[in-house]
Amino acid sequence: MSTGSFENWAGTITDIGPIYPFVGSEMLWFILALVFWIWWHIVQTKRENKDYADEIKRFGSRESLNKIVGAESSKDP
Amino acid sequence: MDNELTALGIIFTEFYYWLTVVIMFLIHVGFCMYEVGASRHKNHMHTLMKNTMLIPLVTITFFFFGWWIYFAFPNGPGITGGLESAPWAVAWSELMGPHMGGAPATDALTADDTAGWARINGVFWAAFLLFSWTAASIVSGAVIERIKSTAFWILAIGIGSVWWIIDAAWGWHSAGWMVKLLGYHDAYASGVIHAIAGGYALGILLVLGPRIGKFAADGTPRDIHPRNPWLVTIGLFLIYTGFWGFYVACNVPMWDIQDGDGVFFSATNIYLAPTTLSAITVNFLMSLSGGLMMGYIVSKGDAFWTYSAGLAGVIAASAGNDLYHPIQAMFIAAAGVVIIYKLHYFVERKFKIDDAVGAVAVHGYAGFFGVFIAGFFLWGYPSSPDPSFHVITPWGQFIGAVIMFGVLGFIPGWITAKILHSFGLLRIPKEIELAGLDVGANAERYAAEQGIINAERAAIGGGSV
Repeated sequence: MSTGSFENWAGTITDIGPIYPFVGSEMLWFILALVFWIWWHIVQTKRENKDYADEIKRFGSRESLNKIVGAESSKDP
Repeated sequence: MDNELTALGIIFTEFYYWLTVVIMFLIHVGFCMYEVGASRHKNHMHTLMKNTMLIPLVTITFFFFGWWIYFAFPNGPGITGGLESAPWAVAWSELMGPHMGGAPATDALTADDTAGWARINGVFWAAFLLFSWTAASIVSGAVIERIKSTAFWILAIGIGSVWWIIDAAWGWHSAGWMVKLLGYHDAYASGVIHAIAGGYALGILLVLGPRIGKFAADGTPRDIHPRNPWLVTIGLFLIYTGFWGFYVACNVPMWDIQDGDGVFFSATNIYLAPTTLSAITVNFLMSLSGGLMMGYIVSKGDAFWTYSAGLAGVIAASAGNDLYHPIQAMFIAAAGVVIIYKLHYFVERKFKIDDAVGAVAVHGYAGFFGVFIAGFFLWGYPSSPDPSFHVITPWGQFIGAVIMFGVLGFIPGWITAKILHSFGLLRIPKEIELAGLDVGANAERYAAEQGIINAERAAIGGGSV
């Protein structure tokens, strides 16, 4: 069993093309990568909106915001 | 690779581009430091992560489709021809992975494709990718402290993996239609990176709006000063450093430029027209100097603007820095800095644009100016080794600058921002802007710190310190 497309390095090197495993399955990997990419955006978008909603509940009152803004300093942190 | 000289040429070229990638990485270290320094304490972590995460997102999308666009779109398509075939640049090509250059495994590629691209494709892709990150990072600074990460990352993919690489195919490719028909010349990317990114940022800013408090009720702008000016200046120094890699990556290190009989190898610009590393090194330093000197004068010694003016000076001269005399580069840089500084404050007052780091001015206006002014200084120069291509002219450069800043920058930025805004995805809620984007994380941190302090006090009280 070998996942590579060549047997060894002993032959003529110029005969060797791609050296990654599972040559021929590139399109499948590409489709999986597209799905991973879109999934990441969906998870991130939902999480960001939920975080803001939670933080508004916790810190969004006028009193709370006044306290936070009042504590801001112009000095370097 | 069957003799030492050929191998040396190929491996040198491979190493050359690899090295530019490493140096250009510093641009992004610099941008992160710069943005964090420019943001307020309550937004630091969000600002840092917003810029950091564009790196993987632009990387994978540039792998998926950005690289293919560069080779497929030089004709428009539809202006000087159709889509070009580029089987080595699609994401599922065997040449996008480790390859020894031998016979292709699929019919989509020829033996010449594999022999020619196996050792160059990856490093060349990476050099272009680092330009993509730069384009997205330029936009990142302008929109800090009020944009949703969701929106920014979609916009970053737009500029980093679609729009800038279309402009590169059009005006930064040896067969690009803008080079052929307009004589467009932009050797070190005044337009193809900086003008487009500045225009894109301006389009977004128009929809996004200013930060709370930026403008008084009567419309007078207030300065929201960089919270940590020292981090900002170190960041800009690192961007200068990375810019060396950027310049060198815009060249082809070794190319036979002899037309007709014989062979003569030289470095070339991206259009395969001759230049030397010496020329661009001196011109980089002289334009940096012109920008810094004039920036110091116009900003009355303000560190933030003086450093930014150094960058703007280089950008203003970049379109023609392969050919300018160094003193010309210095004066072009200085003139560009006066214009962009004045324009920044004019646009801020007139249109209520809150560009937090001056990115539209430093990159957008300086890039536009740089492309246009090259048309006067290089009037009548060949734009390409191909004599059938149009020569460089002021009007060709002006049209080119409008395409970069307006057509491929401002308009896509504005439209994408409008779409995101219509879905409520563009701007953070007002309460979050007031409390700070890190409010939740900071509250957790303070609670944890308080827990430690309480435990330490308890330990002192118990005499067990």
